[in-house]
Amino acid sequence: MALEIVAGCVNCWACVALCPHQAILEAQPHFLIDSDRCTECIDAHATPQCAAICPIEGVIIDELGTPLNPLGSLSPAARDG
Amino acid sequence: MPTPTPPNTAAKASGCASGRCGSSASQIDELDASVAQRVQDHPCYSEEAHKYFARMHVAVAPACNIQCNYCNRKYDCSNESRPGVVSEVLTAAQAVKKTLAVAAAIPQMSVLGIAGPGDALANPERTFATFAELSQRAPDLKLCLSTNGLMLPQYVDQIAAYHVDHVTITINCIDPDIGAQIYPWIFWKHRRITGREAAEVLIAQQQQGLEMLVARGILVKVNSVMIPGINDQHLKEVSRIVRAKGAFLHNVMPLISDPAHGTHFGLIGQRGPTPQELKTLQDECAGDMNMMRHCQQCRADAVGMLGEDRGAEFTLEKVEAMQIDEHAAMGRRLALRAAIHAELAEKRAARHAASAQVIELPRPAATLGRPVRMAVASSTGAVIDTHFGHAKHFHIFEVSAEEIRALGTCAAAQYCGGEADCGEADNTLARTLTALSDCEVMLCARIGIEPWGKLEAAGIRPDGAHAMEPVASALREAWKTMLDNGQLSVAPASQRRA
Repeated sequence: MALEIVAGCVNCWACVALCPHQAILEAQPHFLIDSDRCTECIDAHATPQCAAICPIEGVIIDELGTPLNPLGSLSPAARDG
Repeated sequence: MPTPTPPNTAAKASGCASGRCGSSASQIDELDASVAQRVQDHPCYSEEAHKYFARMHVAVAPACNIQCNYCNRKYDCSNESRPGVVSEVLTAAQAVKKTLAVAAAIPQMSVLGIAGPGDALANPERTFATFAELSQRAPDLKLCLSTNGLMLPQYVDQIAAYHVDHVTITINCIDPDIGAQIYPWIFWKHRRITGREAAEVLIAQQQQGLEMLVARGILVKVNSVMIPGINDQHLKEVSRIVRAKGAFLHNVMPLISDPAHGTHFGLIGQRGPTPQELKTLQDECAGDMNMMRHCQQCRADAVGMLGEDRGAEFTLEKVEAMQIDEHAAMGRRLALRAAIHAELAEKRAARHAASAQVIELPRPAATLGRPVRMAVASSTGAVIDTHFGHAKHFHIFEVSAEEIRALGTCAAAQYCGGEADCGEADNTLARTLTALSDCEVMLCARIGIEPWGKLEAAGIRPDGAHAMEPVASALREAWKTMLDNGQLSVAPASQRRA
């Protein structure tokens, strides 16, 4: 059970220090999640920390490929409507 | 795939374009005396200091814990640093090494700041590890940091423990309904919160952090981004409140919303203020508070004098190869600072004397010697630190018994650009000599034999005897030497030739 970072990540570092298991790897072209370390935070927090701070929609996905921050979920316009 | 970086023309803007240098030298004089004492070496806080002192930012703080609608996290924070560019992120150890290298090469270095590229306090380990090491190894450097304020109350004690001099908080509003239009979300207590609730938390944290810093005697500057139609009228209220709480400066900056930067405001066509709108608001807020008008919105890895960026000279690779005598470097900084303080104190005294004077006394009828125009090769105008052949420009002064008058700068046709350019050397030197034809003396750190001869032939006496000395004292000495030699009772050589 692990999350995955996919293309679109802008390497902003926000998730790196928050991960309770140091599972985020600095890499090119984008950061990666070490699937052996990632627990999706179920043992540590109410919500996966990387996804809770990630500023980019759609770049952190679960094992089913579902984005934790779906398209439109972070944009100000979406919430206004 | 690398993302394209939008054009960054603003970064090339010169440091002292007249339109950006709105603050008067006397502005610092008007600050509370104890505050003035503490900001006198800080290039960001006084127009006077920014001509003499250099600062650098180290990009150790990439992460951010809030989203601003004027920011695209692909690039550096568009408030605390230049938007649309990406800094090379440093570890604390790399940042310390780079700072010591820069401070050894640029003795004007007086301030080390952490301003991003994200938020200094969203990266507390890197930020405080950098401060801890530098406060031991370069205790003469002033430390400062910029933050959105969200985590400020939690870290005020650490900020005080490392003797951080100045903290900048970006405060765009004190009304959560306005905040909700600027901040779509924040990361708070391990989750993301949005809308008005997010703005309420952020504003409360900022205001509490401001109060706690002031209570500990740490200088607080407030930055605000002026967003027409959203917080422009509101910022007058912000200015009043933050001043009442003890912030010593309020810096209102224009929204930058180039669609190419991909920010929310950029994409929806939210415009920035016109220069006139910005000035009007700054004037209205200035009634309440000292403003800084020469702010350059520097990037998070800026190095050098305000408006110049010498970052390319100090890449990680180059810094690794440098051998640095930290102790000797600190000695040079302290000596230079003492010389500059003496010069500034003299200027301040002269300014106060001038404003107190009611009746203008007649000048002595007979002056001892005629005024002389002199050119100075100096990177900053403060110290004679430049080789004649390397100077990009010369500072021109008119020196007389009574005063040293700065006449501006004159661009040099660069003479020595390395061997490849040397075929051109004669031509460029001739162009430079034409530009300097009014001058009788060329004060520079060093000069080659050939240009020496040509300068002399053109009636300009090269003088390398004052290398690394403050400009003002060197000018006075050069003038006095001419006086003692009896050269000032006759017309300049150029007029005699004519």
